[in-house]
Formats: sequence, structure tokens, C-alpha cells
Amino acid sequence: MYDLFSATALLGGALIGLAVVLFALLNGRLLGVSGIVYGLIDRDTGGMGWRLAFLGGLLAGGLILLLVHPIALGVSANRSLMATGAAGLLVGFGSRLGNGCTSGHGVCGVSRLSPRSIAATLTFIATGILTVLAIDIGFGGSL
Amino acid sequence: MNAPFRMNGQLTAFLCGVLFSLGLGISGMTQPDKIIGFLDVTGPWDPALLWVMLGAIAVTAPGYRCVFRRVRPVFEPIFHLPGPKGLDGQLFAGSALFGVGWGLGGFCPGPALTALVSGYPAVAVFVIAMLLGMRLFQWLDTRGGQTKRETGPAAVADA
Repeated sequence: MYDLFSATALLGGALIGLAVVLFALLNGRLLGVSGIVYGLIDRDTGGMGWRLAFLGGLLAGGLILLLVHPIALGVSANRSLMATGAAGLLVGFGSRLGNGCTSGHGVCGVSRLSPRSIAATLTFIATGILTVLAIDIGFGGSL
Repeated sequence: MNAPFRMNGQLTAFLCGVLFSLGLGISGMTQPDKIIGFLDVTGPWDPALLWVMLGAIAVTAPGYRCVFRRVRPVFEPIFHLPGPKGLDGQLFAGSALFGVGWGLGGFCPGPALTALVSGYPAVAVFVIAMLLGMRLFQWLDTRGGQTKRETGPAAVADA
């Protein structure tokens, strides 16, 4: 059983929001991780410098977590490498076809009340729920 | 002239990346089982992700309101925002596929990149597969999208 309320989740979320707002104020962009990364693959987009810097920041933050709060970094107990690889393909392809991921649509877009982002967020939460449900029913919760 | 300007923009991008990943880590979103626990609505439901979203939006919505009132951002000449664009099949299809991958692996791009330093093979496999998925999209997009691209700036990415 999980607590209905989580103060650390709310606090971490607020920190995410702070990063998103600062990125808009300083760099003038929405903080969508898949879009930032895709710009490193699709070179026409430009901005290699700040994209790499942001990516370096994510990794540096990960390193800090590893040192002071290592429990934050983990992998699922119930997913095989094969399933995880398939998941990566779907997330990478889907985020570009749908023009955004959890950060770009879920946080930035929803905060701007973008109809596209609200529709995208409801869609990926719905198919996420259905996927976990299908794994529960078809494979006993592990895949 | 141009060099220190770009340095600053890169430094702030780096710092925003650090803050963002710390937020993900503190809130538990870098743990796939927390994501799967949220999506598992028929099991012992873990509402943490909902609080993360609420916390993030509670800061972002008013923050954006203030920021976008400005004439320009600090280290860029203009704001780079997606133009108005309606709902379309690509948005729904892409988001639907994204959600399947999200439920299947318990990772989305930000948390996976943050967790990369853990050294767990599963995280590396996810990230490599994610980059391949993006590369596949690019290949299909440039192959079939020659005419689409001519529709011009409307094709700006949401994020």
C-alpha cells in the first residue's frame, strides 16, 4: 500500500517546475527532454551547444543522486531487458511522432493549457494504464 | 562578442538540466516501479506521479505566465514556442505509442537519461533503443515527409 499523499513527490515536482520556468526565462524554450535530445539527432534543428549542456546537466544531476540519494536510481524488478529495449524504441519513436513526452507535453504544454498537449498527456496516460493492465492480466505483472 | 553570450546560455541549460534531474530523483520518478505503480490502477495504486505533476504544474503555470510576459528571454533574442496547431492523427498515434512504451518499461526520456549514470544495463538498453526509435522516426520523416516539410514553419515541434 502506498501513502495517498507524498510530500517528496510534490517537492520534487516543484523543483521540476522551477527548472522548466528558469529554462523559459533564461533560454527561451520549453523544457521537453525528447525534443532537446532529438535536436542532437536531427542536426537541422541546430543548438548543439545548449542541447549537449542540458544533457550534461541531467547526467551531472544523476551523478549527484548516485552519491547522496542512490535509492532514487533503479530499474524495474518486473521487466526484462527485452521488454525494456522494446519500450525504449516505442518511447523514442512515439515521442517524436507525437511531438513531445512527459516533460514537454505533460508539464510544459499542460501548464500553457495547450489543447495538443492536454490531448497527448491524456492519451499516453491512457495507453500506459492499458499496457500495465495487459501485462497484469496476460503475464501476471512481469514481462 | 558572441562567445560569452553562448557560454551563458549553455551554462544555464546545464544548470536547468541539473535541477530537472534532481527534481525527478527526489520525487521518485527515476524509479520505473514508481511509474508502473502509478499506471497500475487495478493494483496497489501509487499516486506519487500525480503529486509530481501537480507540483510541477503549480510552479510552471504561474511561472510561465510571468516569463512569457517579457519581451525576450535573458540569453536568447526571442522565445522559441510552438505555434498554434490543431489536434491530428500523428499527435494521438505518437502519444499512444509513447504511452505503451512508458507502461512497458517504466521509463520516459528524462528519467532514463538521469539514471544512466547508475550503470544498470537496463537503463543503457532503454536509452540506446530510445535513440534508435528517434533515428527511425527521422528516417521515415525525411523519406516520406518531403512534401510535408514544404508546409513550412507550422511543423514546429511542440517540445
